[in-house]
Amino acid sequence: MRIDARALLAAVLLAGAAAMAPVGAAAAEQAAGGEEAGAGKWGADWQSWHAGNDVSDRASLQRGARNFVSYCLGCHSLKYERWSRLGQDLGIPPSLLQENLLRPGDKPTDYMLTIMPPADAQAWFGKSAPDISLIARARSRDYLYQFLKTFYVDPARQTGVGNLRVLTAMPHVLAELEGLKRAVFREVTTRGEGGAVVHEQVFDHFEQLVPGRLSAAEYDGFVRDTVNFLDYVSEPTQTARRALGWWVVLFLLDFTWLAWLVKRAYWKDVH
Amino acid sequence: MADHAVVADDEVDLSRRKFLTRATIATGAVGTAFAAVPFLESWSPSERTRAEGAPAELDLAKVEPGQMTTVVWRRSPIYVVRRTPEMVARIAGHDDQLKDPTSQYSDQPGYAKNPLRSRTAEFLVIVGSCTHLGCLPKQRFDKGELYPSWPGGFFCPCHGSRFDLAGRVFDGSPASTNLQVPPYSYPNARTLLVGEDEKGAA
Amino acid sequence: MAVKTTTGAAAPLPAADAAPAAKQGFWAWLNKRMPVDDFIATQLTGYYASKNLNFWYFFGSLSVLVLVVQLLSGMYLTMFYKAGELASFDSVQYIMREVDYGWLIRYLHSTGASAFFIVVYLHMFRALLYGSYRAPRELLWLIGMLVYLALMAEAFLGYVLPWGNMSFWAAQVIVNLFSTVPLVGPALVIWISGDYGIADATLNRFFALHVAVVPLALLLLVMLHLVALHQVGSNNPDGVEINDRRRADGKPLDGIPFHPYYTVKDMVGVGVFFVLFAIVLFFAPTLGGLFLETTNFEPANPLSTPEHITPAWYFTPFYAILRAVPSKGMGALLLLLSVAAYLFLPWLDRSPVKSMRYKGWRSRTALALFIVSFVVLAYLGMQPAEGLYVVLARIFAFIYFLYFIAMPFYTYFEKVNPVPERVTYHAH
Repeated sequence: MRIDARALLAAVLLAGAAAMAPVGAAAAEQAAGGEEAGAGKWGADWQSWHAGNDVSDRASLQRGARNFVSYCLGCHSLKYERWSRLGQDLGIPPSLLQENLLRPGDKPTDYMLTIMPPADAQAWFGKSAPDISLIARARSRDYLYQFLKTFYVDPARQTGVGNLRVLTAMPHVLAELEGLKRAVFREVTTRGEGGAVVHEQVFDHFEQLVPGRLSAAEYDGFVRDTVNFLDYVSEPTQTARRALGWWVVLFLLDFTWLAWLVKRAYWKDVH
Repeated sequence: MADHAVVADDEVDLSRRKFLTRATIATGAVGTAFAAVPFLESWSPSERTRAEGAPAELDLAKVEPGQMTTVVWRRSPIYVVRRTPEMVARIAGHDDQLKDPTSQYSDQPGYAKNPLRSRTAEFLVIVGSCTHLGCLPKQRFDKGELYPSWPGGFFCPCHGSRFDLAGRVFDGSPASTNLQVPPYSYPNARTLLVGEDEKGAA
Repeated sequence: MAVKTTTGAAAPLPAADAAPAAKQGFWAWLNKRMPVDDFIATQLTGYYASKNLNFWYFFGSLSVLVLVVQLLSGMYLTMFYKAGELASFDSVQYIMREVDYGWLIRYLHSTGASAFFIVVYLHMFRALLYGSYRAPRELLWLIGMLVYLALMAEAFLGYVLPWGNMSFWAAQVIVNLFSTVPLVGPALVIWISGDYGIADATLNRFFALHVAVVPLALLLLVMLHLVALHQVGSNNPDGVEINDRRRADGKPLDGIPFHPYYTVKDMVGVGVFFVLFAIVLFFAPTLGGLFLETTNFEPANPLSTPEHITPAWYFTPFYAILRAVPSKGMGALLLLLSVAAYLFLPWLDRSPVKSMRYKGWRSRTALALFIVSFVVLAYLGMQPAEGLYVVLARIFAFIYFLYFIAMPFYTYFEKVNPVPERVTYHAH
């Protein structure tokens, strides 16, 4: 198999450029993310909802941090993230950090730990709320986005709510913001294995029962900011990583080009 | 077919080759130097270490007059001595017995370069590490405790260095400089902050 | 026809066979005590390789490069990592978040691990393509297979160290495979684990093996591999032995000195490799879960098995074969055979020619089918072992083994094309 080295190099560079495409696509995704309100059945397409967040959007991250501290830190810790690191990365000066985010007794160099004793969580909810420093990497951003947006009223459960994304012991902490909605199911009849008739309850659409403090669009933004923050916390160095990457790749392209010229100069000898 | 696989015929080739090879090697060297940076930097104190080395606070109400307490800052013991007026008086009068009475050769911030080696007369803040080989000096604050003319201060059990109530080293001690003073400040009347002063956090 | 200097007089070819000039000072002192110049003259400037080595010949030197990357990044990780069931996972986060450039060192190592297998698989493919395992290179091939085995062991051991949930369960599955050893199986499992299940003891000894023992073995094997290579000389895409036709001065007619020709050519390969490597490292280090498994972002939980236990991508073809067999013992045996089969290649291949360029359509088809089966099995190994996936795995496992089993027959009986006297070369 003969491969022309020039063509190979060109192909490699093209492949490299193509690999950059997802980076651009992610930026484009930001504009397109989220559900379409009002069109058709609300929630029918929940599995295709995208978080569409942008970790380089500091304002969004700051809102997300505020959201997290207000609604999540009560149960979930971020045991690998320091308050001071949060302030540094998000551009929050120490005084504002102290005023708005730190709880009494927190030092800026402390890790962001929850104050809920695990034993109590176990007693109240059946399991202790896990640390979620890495949840955005262990699941995915879209998963988290869908999770926070598909809670519905379910009297059969201890917490009074169910969730389409995953069976969870977590209550709908954001109910005061989103309000309460119910899930309407429809019955679907299919043929199972062996020809038996199977009746299944399939999710059809949501219906709002009680409005929350935020409008649908505001709640959507709230969730996106929070997911964005969790994305940042799962890998705080990611912005620096991408920034450095550009320089490294450009330098390496330059080196490769020079090496290629040297190779050509020497291989002129070979017949 | 040529009887050699390698045949060169352009004399220009040689100098072009040399130039290109050198340019490539130079670029490679620059790249290698840049690549070394992350590895070398990784050895710097990590964020956790920097956090643990953050300035240490002490509530001054916890120190009784005439007593000493120790706080740890950056892995060093810091002695905080609350000197009574009587103890302060015992700092003067023996400058001729000291190796460095005016702290010319010793290590302290500007505000501690005075006979009392402190910002205020009441509190002495020094690094509790003998300037000889680093043992922790023991407190011997009482007059005459070591010998009749002993004015009070510190005694290092390892090799016998002696320091007065301002941490200044006596003649005849193996140690050659006064006990080191760390950067410190008083954010308010009740609090001592070791490791941070006007210059910022150390 | 030699290079002309500026005076027009003939000058020797660059660093080829000129007698070494009298050495002064430091170099003379050094060379009296260490064979530095000898080494350069015999292994670099005096070591000849065929002039027609192509794209497939980059991957040997790239393997050495990736080995160096792994050793360097690995040794630095060891400075910050803590082995222990309570400490390991947290120490990896410490490296990622709190050690300056720790994230970069970690990603070098995780991307390097996958890059190692990509490069090594392409390197091995070259051998299948051009018959580089044929005489007199059988030992070279066998040593190479030992390098591959050591590499697989190293990768498995290393994967356990972060102590994520997949680390734990992968260790569980692979160590349990040893229970299929006749007579001593179950006791062997406990002995390997150091406990009644995968635990802290296992993690600690895997750390020692991964950091000290296997790297030493790898280095030794790689050195032996290079010695064996230099003993017989490299093969080439035409499968023609360049040492069979020599010039008046004893050098091969179609050979060129490794230095400077292949050193400069390999530099280009290094550059291109690093560009691709850097793109992945800086912009997609997890590569969608292929290079850094999603499940491993959760700490090990002995009470919670992940929905789908799959090994890293470079093991999935063999994993698919293991799962294709309904019996545990037979599955383990076939897994072993699927790797051991390569050892027999030098003797299974009975073709009169070495290189695929001159073999018949049967050999080409067989190789193509083998590659297809390898890739398909790799994909199947990542899927749940149910339904159509199992059926396909059985079919393609059969095709995989058929490549080896049928080889003595289709290589012996097929019509081959005439091999040229001299290597085919197009200037580039």
